[in-house]
Amino acid sequence: MNSVILQLAAKYLKWLFIVFAVLALIRGHNSPGGGFIGGLMAGLAIVYNGFAYDTFRIKERLQNFPEWLIAGGLFVIVLSFFPSLLLGETIMSGVWLKISLPLVGELKLGSPLLFDIGVFFTVIGVTLMFIFSLTQKR
Amino acid sequence: MITLVALPILIPFVLIIGMLVCRSDKLARWLGPVASGLLLLLTVVLFVFVQKHGVLAIQMGGWEAPFGITLVVDYLSALMLVVSAIILFVIAVYALNFLPDSININRFFIFFFGLAMGMNGAFVTGDVFNLFVWFEVMLMSSFVLITMGRSKDQLEGGIKYLALNLVGSLLFLAGVGLLYGKTGTLNMAHLAEILKNDDQAILMNTSAVLFFIAFGIKAAVFPLYFWLPASYHTPNITISSLFAGLLTKVGVYTFIRFFTLFFVHDPQFWHQILLVVAGFTMVAGGLAAAAHYETRRILSYHIISQIGYMIMGLGIFTPLAIAGAIFFTLHNMIAKTNTFLVSGMINKARGTFELKEIGGLFKESPLTAILFMIPAFALAGVPPISGFFAKFILIKAGIENGNYVITAVAIFTAMLTLYSMIKIWNEAFLKKQPGNGNPGRSYSFSFAEYFPSVLLGIVSILMGIFAMYVFGYTMEAANQLINPDLYIETVLKGIKL
Repeated sequence: MNSVILQLAAKYLKWLFIVFAVLALIRGHNSPGGGFIGGLMAGLAIVYNGFAYDTFRIKERLQNFPEWLIAGGLFVIVLSFFPSLLLGETIMSGVWLKISLPLVGELKLGSPLLFDIGVFFTVIGVTLMFIFSLTQKR
Repeated sequence: MITLVALPILIPFVLIIGMLVCRSDKLARWLGPVASGLLLLLTVVLFVFVQKHGVLAIQMGGWEAPFGITLVVDYLSALMLVVSAIILFVIAVYALNFLPDSININRFFIFFFGLAMGMNGAFVTGDVFNLFVWFEVMLMSSFVLITMGRSKDQLEGGIKYLALNLVGSLLFLAGVGLLYGKTGTLNMAHLAEILKNDDQAILMNTSAVLFFIAFGIKAAVFPLYFWLPASYHTPNITISSLFAGLLTKVGVYTFIRFFTLFFVHDPQFWHQILLVVAGFTMVAGGLAAAAHYETRRILSYHIISQIGYMIMGLGIFTPLAIAGAIFFTLHNMIAKTNTFLVSGMINKARGTFELKEIGGLFKESPLTAILFMIPAFALAGVPPISGFFAKFILIKAGIENGNYVITAVAIFTAMLTLYSMIKIWNEAFLKKQPGNGNPGRSYSFSFAEYFPSVLLGIVSILMGIFAMYVFGYTMEAANQLINPDLYIETVLKGIKL
């Protein structure tokens, strides 16, 4: 597909998608959202861009990209188990780190957020893998 | 230390990541068997802990019992974990020699450990929805494994397998929904406690029927087993053996868990149905196995026949019968996998699974014949080997409880089993090679190729010789299932170790 309108829209909309994806990821702990939804939105941004500029061109550039995303995401998930283990708590317990930054105020970083980030990347990877296999020309 | 309970899930998970990142066949060849051996060691350690403490429970993320996800290991789970880890280890070794070159071994081990993760998760979880998730993990991995050879019949078998099992999953999910709607909890221990003191337990029948069909499909019982013979003979023999030993037994495990822990409000009805289903499963599977002449098909139908015995033990529903069912499940996992392994060896020696084209193997490779004889005798129930004691306990329980019909059916089916085993024995090993008596190829196995089958054969024999101890453990498991107080207390009150 070679549509100027779509390409122009994709150019700006993909960033909007990604911003909302990250937003959904960060607010996910206590409100609707989270790594899974955020990951789907971010995956959508890449897919949208791919359709506008011809997916197959993207695919060549991103040959093993989905698998690396999945592996990386899963690895981050495993990492998120360690804070609770090192502190001697039950595995997967939420461990929170409070830091205060100038301008932003107090920031709470925790292992659940790390877990969500892992899910985020895994879901992007899976979405891309689906799209790549579905658009493959045989 | 309590984190040990989560490790049977976490180890395969980490391995999957490692193999995704490092796509090296050489590494996979080492990592697969070594890591499965580690898993086996871990499950044995878990079993020792269970012996010491009775029941182990961990609340994931520190969320207290009815709210969070609980992982529980009791005797039943621990026994299943140990035996399935033996099978995983053996298959990992077997895969090194018997997986064809067309299947990438690294890719195989990724999904092998995916299956291991789903199965271990199903064994240790104490939460009904979590169980559903593990079932899905298993379903996805096994679908990929079936279709791994990329041939047309594998895809056909795989799609049949996937479609029928998805129907099962759907019903499972509907049952979970109804259960949650009625009780407001999905924690198994909490459910058991609520339903124990509830005079409206009759309302549970709708979800019980949904679970019954869902697990019936997973465990391949009588009217719901069609996916099994349609798919098990298509993949490579390594993968068939893996499935034969593990997949349906997870369904049996959930049957035992659910119909002893909380669907016990109406044993007259439910356990009667279980008995009827068990009888038909035994006979239907046994007869179909007797009719076929392809080793993998015979053995696949025979799996179904054997599932009947396990369900029979559950249906009689006395401690002895449940102990018999667990014993039978453990023995069957070992022996059944072993028959598949040997049929893979027959295939390697002759290049076919069709019994009519095979013969004379006894002369060519007596050790293979003995290796087939051990699991075949175990399945048929010849005394010194494991199967005799499993069947003996079940039949004794049936007679003691006055279930004469099902006991008679069980004895009759044992004859069918013996017949189909003797058929393979006669055709493949004793009779002369058809045609001019020259197989056209000969193959001598190396030690590494014998090893998996030898190991399983030894386990079978040891289970028979030390049947007293194994029976002691299964009896312990059955007592825990019949009186689930310790289970409930450990999960809900959170006894700390």
